[in-house]
Amino acid sequence: MIELRGVTKAWPGGAGVQALDLTVPEGTCCALIGPSGCGKTTTLRLVNRLVEPDAGSIRIAGQDALAQDPVQLRRGIGYVIQEGGLFPHRRVGANVAVVPALLGWDAARTRARVEEVLALVGLDPAVYRDRWPHQLSGGERQRVGVARALAADPPVLLLDEPFGAVDPLRRAQLQEEVLALLKRLRKTVLLVTHDVQEAVRLGDSVALMRAGRLVQHAPPAAMLARPADGFAADFLGADRALTRLGLFRISDAARDAATVPGEALPEATTLRDALSAMLERGVRALPVTEGGSLSLEALLASR
Amino acid sequence: MRWTWRNLDSIGAALGEHVLLVGAALLLAAAVALPLGVLAARRPVLRAAAMGGSAVLYSVPTLALFALLVPLLGLGFRAALLALASYAMPVLLRAVVTGLEGVAPAVRDAADGMGLTARQKLWQVELPLALPSMLAGLRVAVATLVSAATVAAYIGGGGLGVLILTGLDQGHTEKILVGATLVCALALAADVALRRMQRA
Ligand SMILES: Nc1ncnc2c1ncn2[C@@H]1O[C@H](COP(=O)(O)OP(=O)(O)O)[C@@H](O)[C@H]1O
Ligand SMILES: [Mg+2]
Repeated sequence: MIELRGVTKAWPGGAGVQALDLTVPEGTCCALIGPSGCGKTTTLRLVNRLVEPDAGSIRIAGQDALAQDPVQLRRGIGYVIQEGGLFPHRRVGANVAVVPALLGWDAARTRARVEEVLALVGLDPAVYRDRWPHQLSGGERQRVGVARALAADPPVLLLDEPFGAVDPLRRAQLQEEVLALLKRLRKTVLLVTHDVQEAVRLGDSVALMRAGRLVQHAPPAAMLARPADGFAADFLGADRALTRLGLFRISDAARDAATVPGEALPEATTLRDALSAMLERGVRALPVTEGGSLSLEALLASR
Repeated sequence: MRWTWRNLDSIGAALGEHVLLVGAALLLAAAVALPLGVLAARRPVLRAAAMGGSAVLYSVPTLALFALLVPLLGLGFRAALLALASYAMPVLLRAVVTGLEGVAPAVRDAADGMGLTARQKLWQVELPLALPSMLAGLRVAVATLVSAATVAAYIGGGGLGVLILTGLDQGHTEKILVGATLVCALALAADVALRRMQRA
């Protein structure tokens, strides 16, 4: 669990973060979004004290983070940044072993853990452990970055646009995969992204910031349904209702028993894609692979 | 060649002196440049002063520097050593600062974020990554010192310069050639050795 209370940080040039209250419950992911320069990165770096707050309190797993030694604190928090930040003079295995080495683990335990986390992020240890960072693709580098952050098994992870530099085609899948992994490991995650679609797909909650202040913090579907103000509505986009439909699947909607003609869609299809199929086919009902059909009325009612 | 065969021991001594002069000057210069460079890379004001000062120092002609230092340090090995060290120091300082500044901000940020202390970050991340730049600077410094040390003979610093200087004085061509050849050979050998290190 991460708890920020009244956290304030002023930069000499202005902006920063003002009186921020934010709680990320244990085992959940909070996606921080907002326009560039609104203070997302500052907020993230306040949590591991790469930035020291002027005021406020920060608790991690119930412990006062500001009372701890910052260096020790950081060894217990996973940190992944956009450019990866892998050490170019160390092989993949040594990069992943950085925090275990700082914590004084013995060689055998470190080696076993390096293999374990590389496998977790989908990299075969036998292939990747002895490679150099410059021999990896952008996506592979970021996977190593995640493995490195997971190495000492920290309960909390901070991700700052972790896949922003990965090409857009692979990014969605990589994000999805990594967040599913973090969820499975029951990590508490604070994720910075500037992409609304990514935030609502990956966050259990979404925190929207503007000029150093928290505008709204809510589950994705709730935020998309009820933006707090005009700024939030604008930021979420004119298509926010469609974005929201993308969060639900046919299996979430009421099903008609009636069979209708046409190509059937599996019930894992999002309601957004189902609506798109209705528009494309000019029909008010679609057959569902698993049986029955989805009507336009049922789709609208499930909002 | 008769002179050479008869004077092998004094030639050897001159060569030894030359190597000692260069080696000691390098050590002295590095002992100043490394800590100063590490500090300067972190402090913009100190950096500007150090880089500006070292540019001025390096642009002073060798002989002029020696001449300027004589009133302060007198003549002899120690004076030559200090003059040479102050000649190599700016080169090494620049190399250290440039090397440290070349470390990607994301790499520093990751090091901090994972909980390396400032000292661990310096020794485990920043200095290893600055090494190529520092070795390149070392190559330049060694090449400069091997030739500059020849001039040390003018202020009684010893070394191969003595052979050349006295050779010129006595019109002794063989002596001049031996001295000059050994200086060239030393410079080349040092360069080859350092290039090997750079590649490794
Ligand atoms: N180290 C710093 N020193 C001074 N100003 C900073 C520093 N870091 C960030 N800022 C300023 O704080 C504001 C918020 O920055 P940041 O948190 O990086 O925004 P975001 O990640 O949302 O794009 C920006 O206006 C930026 O210029
Ligand atoms: Mg940012």
